[in-house]
Amino acid sequence: MVSIRSVSSTPSSLTYHDLPWIVEHREDRCTLCGRCTSVCPTEAIYLAYRRQRMPKLDILQKKRGNDYRTFVGIRQRTDLDHRCIGCGMCSMVCPNEAIGPQVNPNDERARFHSYQKGDAAKRGGRRNDRGSLLDQISFNRISMLTDPALDAGRHEFHMNTLLGRVLPPEEYIRRQAAGEWIPPVREIFPFVIGSMSFGALSPNMWLGLLQGVAYCNEVLGIPVVMCTGEGGCPPWVLRSPFLKYIILQIASGYFGWDEIIRAIPEMQCDPAAIEIKYGQGAKPGDGGLLMWFKVSKLIARLRGVPEGVDLPSPPVHQTLYSIEESVMKMIQTMSMAWNFRVPVYPKISGSTSAKSVLNNLVRNPYASALMIDGIDGGTGAAYNISMDATGHPIASNVRECYLDLVAQGKQNEIPIFAAGGVGKNGNPVQNGMALIMLGASGVHMGKYIMQAAAGCLGSERNRCNVCNLGICPKGITSQNPKLYRRLDPDQVAQRVVDVYKGLAIEIKKVMAPLGRSQSLPIGMSDALGISDKDVAERLQIKYIC
Amino acid sequence: MCRLAMKTASTPFSPYSVISAMEAMQEGYDGSGLGLLLRGVQFADYKYQAGDPILSGIAHTDAALHRLNDFMEAKGYTLKYDHEFDVNPTLVEAKDRYKYFLRVYRLPDAFKDFSQGQIDDQLMLTRLALRADGEKHGNDLTAFSFWPDVAMIKEVGWPLDVGNALGLNDNRITSRICMAQGRQNTNYGINLYACHPFFIQGIATMTNGENTAFVPIREYLSGMHYPGYMGYQSDSEVFAHILHYVVRQLKLPLAAYKHVITPLKTDELSRHPQGAFLRGLRDVCRRMIIDGPNCVMGTLPDETTIMVMDTKKMRPATIGGKPGEWALASEICGVDAMVPDRDKSLDFQPMRENTVIVAPDRQEYTIWSQFDQFPLHQAA
Repeated sequence: MVSIRSVSSTPSSLTYHDLPWIVEHREDRCTLCGRCTSVCPTEAIYLAYRRQRMPKLDILQKKRGNDYRTFVGIRQRTDLDHRCIGCGMCSMVCPNEAIGPQVNPNDERARFHSYQKGDAAKRGGRRNDRGSLLDQISFNRISMLTDPALDAGRHEFHMNTLLGRVLPPEEYIRRQAAGEWIPPVREIFPFVIGSMSFGALSPNMWLGLLQGVAYCNEVLGIPVVMCTGEGGCPPWVLRSPFLKYIILQIASGYFGWDEIIRAIPEMQCDPAAIEIKYGQGAKPGDGGLLMWFKVSKLIARLRGVPEGVDLPSPPVHQTLYSIEESVMKMIQTMSMAWNFRVPVYPKISGSTSAKSVLNNLVRNPYASALMIDGIDGGTGAAYNISMDATGHPIASNVRECYLDLVAQGKQNEIPIFAAGGVGKNGNPVQNGMALIMLGASGVHMGKYIMQAAAGCLGSERNRCNVCNLGICPKGITSQNPKLYRRLDPDQVAQRVVDVYKGLAIEIKKVMAPLGRSQSLPIGMSDALGISDKDVAERLQIKYIC
Repeated sequence: MCRLAMKTASTPFSPYSVISAMEAMQEGYDGSGLGLLLRGVQFADYKYQAGDPILSGIAHTDAALHRLNDFMEAKGYTLKYDHEFDVNPTLVEAKDRYKYFLRVYRLPDAFKDFSQGQIDDQLMLTRLALRADGEKHGNDLTAFSFWPDVAMIKEVGWPLDVGNALGLNDNRITSRICMAQGRQNTNYGINLYACHPFFIQGIATMTNGENTAFVPIREYLSGMHYPGYMGYQSDSEVFAHILHYVVRQLKLPLAAYKHVITPLKTDELSRHPQGAFLRGLRDVCRRMIIDGPNCVMGTLPDETTIMVMDTKKMRPATIGGKPGEWALASEICGVDAMVPDRDKSLDFQPMRENTVIVAPDRQEYTIWSQFDQFPLHQAA
C-alpha cells in the first residue's frame, strides 16, 4: 500500500474527469505524428511514455504471469491553466480521427477551484447559456385570406433601416423651409457587425471583416456597417474611403482616439456613426479589458500605450458626474468634431434603468439612437461572474423601451438598436427579426459573425472561450502572428459576403409570408407569437399553443 | 376582398346608381357591409344651405336618440332638417336599428368668432363625443360624420339590399360624389365603424386589400394624441388619417400623400430633382409607409377626387368617364356599370408611382407621377 503522504493530492488537485472537457484518445488509430499536441492552445495534452501490462498465460507450463510493453500515448494535464477547453483543434489536425474532446457529463469539480492566485476566474466569449427566448418566438400573422403571401424570390423587398435622429415631420418641414440643420441619418442594413475592437480581434480578422463589408456595400449594394469597439481603427482605414462603413466607438478608456482625432483633417469621408459605449451587455458596470497577452506592438501604437500591459478601461467615463450630463457633453462634442454630419449615439447595457436613459435621449436633440446590449452579449474578456450573472435580457428591455416611445409618439425619432444573443444558437434572422418586430430598428451581432465568418470555435457549452488570453486557436482574437496567420482575410471576407447574402434571403423569407415588403416591419408585434403565456403578456405579443 | 366604386359628376345623381354598379363586381365580396359617402349633397325635400353641418349615423334605441338631441341642443346646434329614410326593416339584417339619422344643423352662435380651423375642430370633437357616448352606452349610438356637405351611411348586409332597405332609389337624396364600398369581412370583426369609407374633417378614403403594416402605423398615429386619430376597427382607417395628416397637419400639397405612403427607393430619389427633400420626408414619415396590396380612393372637401395604388400594385383600379362624369372602381366592370357611354380607350389604371386626380371642375383626370417635380417651393 502506498502511504497517503506520498500521493500528490493538494486541495486543488484534479483528475481529468474533474475537468469540463475530457480528451479521448484512441491509441489504436494514433500515428504519433504529434500535431495535436503542438496545436493545442492550452497545451492540455502531451505525449508521454506509458507502460501497459500484457497478461500472459503459458498453458503448457500451467503458469500465469505478466509481460509489459511501453508505448507513447497522449495524456491530459489536469491543472487549470492547462485544462482542455474543448476547442477541438486536436481533432481538426488529426489525420486519423484518433483524438477529440468530449463534454464531461459528470460533476465538474473544477468549478470549485476557479479562484486561483488571489484572483477570480476570467474568460472571453459568452455566457454559456444555451437557452434563448428569441429562438422561441415565431412569426404567425401570415397573409392568408384576401391577400396571399408575397413571393420572397421575385418581389422587391425594402429591408434597410435608419440610423440617426429623425425629426418629427412638422419640424422637418419647418427646418427645411428655414434652411436649418437637419440631423444626419444613415440608411443601413439592419444587421450590424457589433463592436469588436482592433485589439480584441486579430489584424487578419479585422481586415477580412472590412473587406467583406466593403464588398457587400460596393458590389452587392447591401449597406452593411461594422463597429470598431473600443481601441481605435488602423490609421490607413481612417484615411480610406472605407471609413464610411465603420461606426467608430469611443469608450471609457478613450483608446485609439488620439489617432482618430489626428486623422480627422485627412479623412476622405465621414464614419457611419459614432458609438459612445457606456455599458456592455456581457459585463455591465465593467469597462473594456484587453489583457496584456494581446497588447502587441501594433496595438500599443494604436492605443498609445506601452506594450504588454493590461488595458482595463474604467467602468465609467471620466467626465461622468451623471449619465445625463455625460451623454449630453459627449454627444455634442462628438457631433461637433464632424460638424454635425455624423450620427452619435450611446450604447448601454441592458438594464431596468434603460428607459430612463432613453427618455433622456429623447430630450437631447443631438442623440441619434440608443443601442441596448443584453445579457447574452459576448466579450473579449471579463470576470465569469459578470458574464454569468450580471445583466438584463434584451427582449423585454427593447420592448418596454419601444412601447415607452410609442406612448410618446417618438418611436420614429430615436431608433433603438438591440444586441445580446442574436444568433447565439445559429438563428440570427429569427432572433433579429423578432427583436425588430418587438420594436428595434436593427440589431448588432458579434459572436455570430465570428462563428459564421471566421469559424470561431466557441459555444454556449463553455467551449474554447479563451479570447482573453490571446491564444485563439483560429487566429480570430489573437495578436500572435503565428496564430493569426492561420486566418486568411480573403476567406473571412468571402464568408462575410455569404453570410450577408444568406441573411438577406432569410429576411425576405420572414417578411414575405407576413405580406411585408415595403419597409422593415419595425414594431409589427401582431406578427409574433410564443408558447409561454407569461412571456407573451410581458412582451405584449400573442400566446400561441 | 372589398370592392370600391366611386362616381363624381357635375350633375347630382342618386347613390342607388352606384350601388347598382356594385352588383357588377359582386363576385369579390361576401356582403358583410356597405359604406356610402355622399358629397355635394342635395335633398329633394329641403333646400340645403352650404356650410351647414350634416350629422350622419344610427340611433339604436329611443334613449340614444334622446341623448343625441339633448347633447346637440346643449352644444348650441339648431336642427334645421331631419331626413326621414323610407326604411324597410325586413331587408336589414340587424334588428337594433331604431333610426338612421341624416340631420342638417345650424352652427351655434358661439362659433361666430371662431376661425375656420376652430370650427372644423369643434365639428370633429362633437362627432367624437357622440361616438364616445354611444360606446359608453353599449354602442347604442353610432356617429359616422358631422361635416358640411357630407352624408354617410354604413350598414351590414348586401349593398343592394341595404340600398333598398333605406329607399335610396327614391331620388330624395342626390349628390355630386358618391363613394361606395362593399366590404369583405377580413380579420378584424364586423363592426359598423369598420366599414369604409373613413372620414375625418372633410377627408374621406376607402380601400381594398389588406394593409399589413397596420399595427405600427396605428401605433404611430395614436402616439400623435390627435383626438381624431382613433378607432382603427379596420386596418384601412389609417389611409384616411394619413391623408388628413399630410394635407391638414403638415399642410403639404396633395402630391405628397403618395410620397408618404409609398416613397420612392433610395436610388430613384437620388435622381429626383427634389430627391434630398423627398428622402428626408420619407425618413420622417417612415412609420406611415403602407404595405398593401391596396387601392386607395379619396375625396377632399373641395370635391377633388384622388386615387392611388400601393407600390406592389396588385389591386389595379380603373378610372374612366367623360368630362363632367367620372367613375373610379376597383374593377373595370364597375366603371362600365357607372359610365357605360364613355370612350374606353381613355380608361387608365394608375401605376405604382401615379396619383390620379379629378379636379372639382371634373373636365379631365390628371395623372401625377412621383418622378415629377415635387410642387413645394421650400424643396427647390
